[in-house]
Amino acid sequence: MKGSTGNRFGFTVNRSRLIDYDASDRLVRDYVTLREPSFRLCFACGGCTATCTAGQHAPFNLRRMNTFIRRGEIEPLREEVTRCMLCGKCLLVCPRGVNTRNVVSVAAEAIKKLDRNEL
Amino acid sequence: MSTVTKHVLVAGGGVAGMEAAGALAELGHRVTLIEKDQKPGGHLKQWHALFPDRRPADEVRKYLSRRIDNRNIKLFTGVSVEKVKKQGHDLHIELSDGSALTADAAIIATGFDLFDARRKEEYGYGIYDNVITSAELEDMFNAGRITTADGRKPSRIGLVHCVGSRDEKVNNNHCSKVCCVTAVKQAVEIRQKLPSCEVFCFYMDMRMYGPYYEELYRESQEVHNVNYIRGKVSEASANINNRLVIKVEDTLAGRPLRMELDMLVLMVGMEMSQAGTRLAEASALGMGINRFLETGDHHYGNNLGHVKGLFYAGTCTAPMNITDTISHARAAVTETVRYLTTR
Repeated sequence: MKGSTGNRFGFTVNRSRLIDYDASDRLVRDYVTLREPSFRLCFACGGCTATCTAGQHAPFNLRRMNTFIRRGEIEPLREEVTRCMLCGKCLLVCPRGVNTRNVVSVAAEAIKKLDRNEL
Repeated sequence: MSTVTKHVLVAGGGVAGMEAAGALAELGHRVTLIEKDQKPGGHLKQWHALFPDRRPADEVRKYLSRRIDNRNIKLFTGVSVEKVKKQGHDLHIELSDGSALTADAAIIATGFDLFDARRKEEYGYGIYDNVITSAELEDMFNAGRITTADGRKPSRIGLVHCVGSRDEKVNNNHCSKVCCVTAVKQAVEIRQKLPSCEVFCFYMDMRMYGPYYEELYRESQEVHNVNYIRGKVSEASANINNRLVIKVEDTLAGRPLRMELDMLVLMVGMEMSQAGTRLAEASALGMGINRFLETGDHHYGNNLGHVKGLFYAGTCTAPMNITDTISHARAAVTETVRYLTTR
């Protein structure tokens, strides 16, 4: 990860804002896709986020979470998966029939496994 | 070239059926044109103006009326085609009034039905007075009055794209093609007729596929200040002031958005018509997974049915605009004449 060099020299280097696709980790995506294949169907309409109770009050965004998984952006995903209350309202609106709630569960599971080096 | 007069049945007197009947009659064939409504014209009867140039729909209606003003055409209204059956070389055709006739060939042009917006209950059509369909907005344009149910002038109107299209929940995975540009057209018309009214289009993708559609989209922003928010509306409700409140994600901002509106217009999509479905089922015509008629080949034979002598024209095969419908009807006539002269 290209991080800050600290402040030893009196200046800092900004973290790169690039989605470095070649450096990112798509093990989580592969895990989620295998266990919840409907995940691939998302076309990012945002219906889930619009109806999401958690998202009204906390910075939780299921549509964006799907993109994080697809791009292998693990760091922002870590927080995202903890914010869902698994109420399933998103399931009712999804026009592509994605099993949204299970995507969150499986993604959370994948992150745990990733941290235990089990992916 | 054979000059022998043949008898062709055209099922459906909308845009496709009228064009097909007119073209066949012009070539000297005898045509029986069957229309289930009391008057021909199909959905065009209801429309005020057409995309992308907002020309009066009446101009196309008049063209089509002239087209079928031909002594070779016999028009029957208030009756529908119920069944088509091959009988030797001929087609045996049964009508809803119990009568039957024989034809050398037939063109199915039974068109589409607009999606019944009540099936998307979360949008509140049939529940809230100020939730209307795109077709009902055309009625308002025709009447020259855009008002809320209690007669007020709206100050903010929202247009929801893809109502009944691209939606697994209502078993329609297909795109209806024309709703995006219809929304842009109607948004511009609202802005022209009510300059103080804000207009918002809620879209998932802007599919400006036809000539001058993208230009209209650009004009809507540049000249008419139409607002576009990328997100699928998840629900509509009413607040204590009886204004509509919608929930949507502004996906480009990445945050949920809530907005009050005076009127919500649902851009209803296209489905295979009920009359066409009845005919297809009774006659064992194949239907695709989108429930429109399945054609012989979707690249080079999309006017062909699976029964010899039976041809398809227009939106009974897939959603299409008026331009494409007229072209498709003419192509069906070419196929029909080829069949009649070479069989």
